[in-house]
Amino acid sequence: MFSRLNVGVLALQGDFERHLFRLSALKVSPREVRQKDDLSGLDGLIIPGGESTTLNLLIDRFDIRGKLAEFSAHKAVWGTCAGLIMLARQVNDPQIQTLGIIDISVVRNAYGRQVHSFYSIIEANLNGKMVPLEVSFIRAPIVKNYGNNIKVLAQYRGSPTLLSHQNCLVSSFHTELHDDLTLTKYFLENFVSVFK
Amino acid sequence: MNLADKDYKIRVGLAEMLKGGVIMDVVNAEQAKIAEQAGAVAVMALERVPADIRAEGGVARMADPQIIEAIQKTVTIPVMAKCRIGHFAEAEILQALEVDFIDESEVLTPADYKYHIDKWRFRVPFVCGCRNLGEALRRISEGAAMIRTKGEAGTGDISEAVKHLREINAAMKQLTVMSPEEINGVAKELAAPLSLVQLVAKTGKLPVPNFAAGGVATPADAALVMKLGAEAVFVGSGIFKSSNPEKRATAIVTATAQFNDPKIVAECSRGLGEAMKGMSAAGIPREDLLQIR
Repeated sequence: MFSRLNVGVLALQGDFERHLFRLSALKVSPREVRQKDDLSGLDGLIIPGGESTTLNLLIDRFDIRGKLAEFSAHKAVWGTCAGLIMLARQVNDPQIQTLGIIDISVVRNAYGRQVHSFYSIIEANLNGKMVPLEVSFIRAPIVKNYGNNIKVLAQYRGSPTLLSHQNCLVSSFHTELHDDLTLTKYFLENFVSVFK
Repeated sequence: MNLADKDYKIRVGLAEMLKGGVIMDVVNAEQAKIAEQAGAVAVMALERVPADIRAEGGVARMADPQIIEAIQKTVTIPVMAKCRIGHFAEAEILQALEVDFIDESEVLTPADYKYHIDKWRFRVPFVCGCRNLGEALRRISEGAAMIRTKGEAGTGDISEAVKHLREINAAMKQLTVMSPEEINGVAKELAAPLSLVQLVAKTGKLPVPNFAAGGVATPADAALVMKLGAEAVFVGSGIFKSSNPEKRATAIVTATAQFNDPKIVAECSRGLGEAMKGMSAAGIPREDLLQIR
């Protein structure tokens, strides 16, 4: 069903491998995106978790920023954790220049250091149904503000954790570390297939 | 041992986030800032880099909490710190300081020559070194959330890291084609839990990320270990014992991220100044090797 979709995972640094693994489980043949030309012909892209300071430096160092911003403005894109930070309008860290794709403002490492990272099951509103998701928050960011046109699909203790706007999906948590394919499938069905 | 434990998955999760990156040894906040600006995914706080530990001798211990805290205040990337093998009191201190990862490291002088730390009872993830599959699986059974394949630290000689990466890869590959009886036999030989050996036989890889460490001094060294299957790179003395740490650190990050593109690795290798002088690991008497601890 998804085998005809061309989906990439930004693979400069971070947990790209887990995303590649989940995509493969859904019969997508994913592509590692390491250089700007790797974006050509893709229907969708995942920007994985990792270190946002490093990701920010590397997309400039390898001259990917322009093409990445252009792609993310029109095609399906899903940012998890550091990926959410990169897609945000604004982050509370002057070292990081975000891509400004989705109207959210974000605080980095908002739960604290690794000892405060945690596992949870949260309810997400996916296509009008409340669906439980197994998630990890790892040195995770918190979305502090978001524009009126942004959809909040899940929350944790009053903070939005899964949000979308048009072609863009962002989550402050990780589902790809667990055996749960729900959100990956949701991205392929409601974003990649739609914005082809 | 329960690899499906939710808290354990959180610990392994952070290791997943560091893949494709470079973790740099630093001894003060200034070096940590240089590392972060070069694109390091994490820094390892310690009192002396391995080359100095090797040169000066004496007992090498956990870093002063004051140094660790100064580094934590300076950078936003994860801060790791080393404790001595078996020294669970040092590990408890590091956990209280909220370091993001603890390296139970042979580079420091071991505190316990018989037992490693029981890492299951810590919330902070641990990384441990290994030279072969048996060591890797024993450390994982003790709760390590990341493995680093050991080179010979503080030498700037990559050969030992290469040797051990190749050995582990070969052992894992062999397992994937073995019969159940043979797998039982291997578990016994490796002195590793059968369930872990069976898991490796099924997947062909370790259940936690496997990084390379020890002897990385150039961008080409980083590219080499990545090509041999390491999922990220630790650099100890190689950066701050070179003539231009900023430039070398940046180049090693570049080479690690683009290890499959020799043109980029060539470009970033230009004009880096002198690499750490180093010493051949083959010339070190066995009793002075750090890796066998």
